[in-house]
Amino acid sequence: MRNARRTNRGLFIACGVLAIWSLACSSRAPSDRARAVTVKGSDTMVILGQRFAEVYMQRHPGTVIQVTGGGSGTGIAALINGTTDIAQSSRPIKPAEAEQVKVKFGVEVIETPVALDGLAVYVHQSNPVSELSLAQLKAIYTGRITNWKDIGGPDLPIVLYSRENNSGTYVYFKEHVLENADFAPATQTLPGTAAVINAVAKDPKAIGYGGIAYGAGIKVLKIRKDEVSPAIAPTLENVLSGQYPISRQLYFYTVGKPSNPVARDFIRWVLSPEGQAVVKDVGYYPLPEETRREIARRWERDS
Amino acid sequence: MTFGDDQRRLWTDRWARRAILTLSLTAIATIVLIFIFIFREALPILTDPRIQQEASFRHFFHPMEGPDPASRYMWQPIALVPKYSLIPLILGTLKTALVALLIAAPLAIAAALYTSEFAPARIREVIKPAIELLAGIPSVVLGFFALIALATWMQQLFGFPTRLNAITAGTALALALIPIIYTVSEDALNAVPQSLREASLALGATRWQTATRVVLPAASPGIFASLVLGFGRAVGETMIVLMASGNAAITSWRFTDSVRTLAATIAAELGEVVFGSPHYHVLFFIGALLFVVTFIVNSVGVYIIHRVQRRLRGEI
Repeated sequence: MRNARRTNRGLFIACGVLAIWSLACSSRAPSDRARAVTVKGSDTMVILGQRFAEVYMQRHPGTVIQVTGGGSGTGIAALINGTTDIAQSSRPIKPAEAEQVKVKFGVEVIETPVALDGLAVYVHQSNPVSELSLAQLKAIYTGRITNWKDIGGPDLPIVLYSRENNSGTYVYFKEHVLENADFAPATQTLPGTAAVINAVAKDPKAIGYGGIAYGAGIKVLKIRKDEVSPAIAPTLENVLSGQYPISRQLYFYTVGKPSNPVARDFIRWVLSPEGQAVVKDVGYYPLPEETRREIARRWERDS
Repeated sequence: MTFGDDQRRLWTDRWARRAILTLSLTAIATIVLIFIFIFREALPILTDPRIQQEASFRHFFHPMEGPDPASRYMWQPIALVPKYSLIPLILGTLKTALVALLIAAPLAIAAALYTSEFAPARIREVIKPAIELLAGIPSVVLGFFALIALATWMQQLFGFPTRLNAITAGTALALALIPIIYTVSEDALNAVPQSLREASLALGATRWQTATRVVLPAASPGIFASLVLGFGRAVGETMIVLMASGNAAITSWRFTDSVRTLAATIAAELGEVVFGSPHYHVLFFIGALLFVVTFIVNSVGVYIIHRVQRRLRGEI
């Protein structure tokens, strides 16, 4: 009996400790939260986001902007959970996700394109193949073409590398290149574009895809939209003019207009000519001037 | 010693006991809560008809119709028609675990036999901590090493068609298993009573004969337990296989194919998944599956170890 009572008291103490601890965790100073802006999401955009943050914080001393990766889906999930102010995403938000934001916060999610990105297709440096059509790419990644000799290369099996299915890059590639067909089961998925490049650089049989900003040490293929059109390299002019067939927009997502003034001003700055200059520095493509003005105007109106 | 001193010591003792009790209860409560959480999130697979339309046991284990045998068991959760076959994932998990055990077990058991039966004390004091130090290497470092260096060496050595495959991942995984198998086996060998060795030697057996025909059989339940615990670790290990296996969900018995394991699938996909979607619940179902498997495997291992210890103490 005495022993049982002692155990009970122990339990009470345990609960007490837990309660105090959880209180301590939940009562973060509100003023701190108002200043620090969190940006989370796409791994493709991490470097871009961090450069944005660095330059912005230099210009505006006293502001704090924290940028982390994890994947587009992770960023949007964080937006839905209310743990980030801005979600970076390399794919458009899914209707189901936008719906969750609306249900949870009662306001629409705001989509702001901040840069353009071309998706590059890479092969090993020694590979004689230098251009592919979209149809050939699709046949390769769905497993219908399995040997390099069928597309003008050496008699070697093709080893497929892809991004993990938590990446916006994966979703974009699947929708725009595979036209929603399934990847061949033998497709290897690696965490991050850097890992894909690393694998391709080490394997003469490999093909991989990812952002252009990472493209170093491997051969980037020119892409033909169809059999008759010319092969286009993913250069600035070709992406801006829309000639390069696999390019996409990179987005910021916010829950309505952020209540945090620093977050609002940060996005306004990203859409300014100065912010867009950073995009170019990092190796992505700034929004065309016309589009930039339109989006900046829309942002001002919404906020 | 005064009366007051005694009181104070009693008081300290009581409160120390309570503090420790609280801490251990918190630890147990945490595990129970995790257990409940995972199973609650996995439950809709069994109960919610809306989710069962897309993901149920039929989707997990039955082949799909199709002319191509390679695409009968597919894991493609992000697709117009999501495909949730667990067969390639289970197969991949077993393949890497098997490779890891086949590599780690002989090495670790031989090392344990050497340090407990043959090594002079000075060498033993170097080897034992060195192997146990392996356990302290973060698995992400092992995985990174396998991805960057080991995969290239092994491909050059064996000419694998794909750089990252079950053998490469299993080899890296073996590095994580060696300390577990070694430590438990070594304990089992050390627990064999000295009298057995002395009797064997007195009958004219050599040290090698004594070690392999007397000590090793006597310690075999403990060594078996070490393999069981190693298997549990191999099935649950995430980071090494995520980085070194290539993560392609291929249904084949070829060990040179790239593999995708259950644990790596959770790690790769849970970050993206739409909350509350069938895919989300499927990932928790896989988590529950892993939890149950490792729980059973570890319980069996620990049970065997306890039994052996009690038998050697003469309690059974």
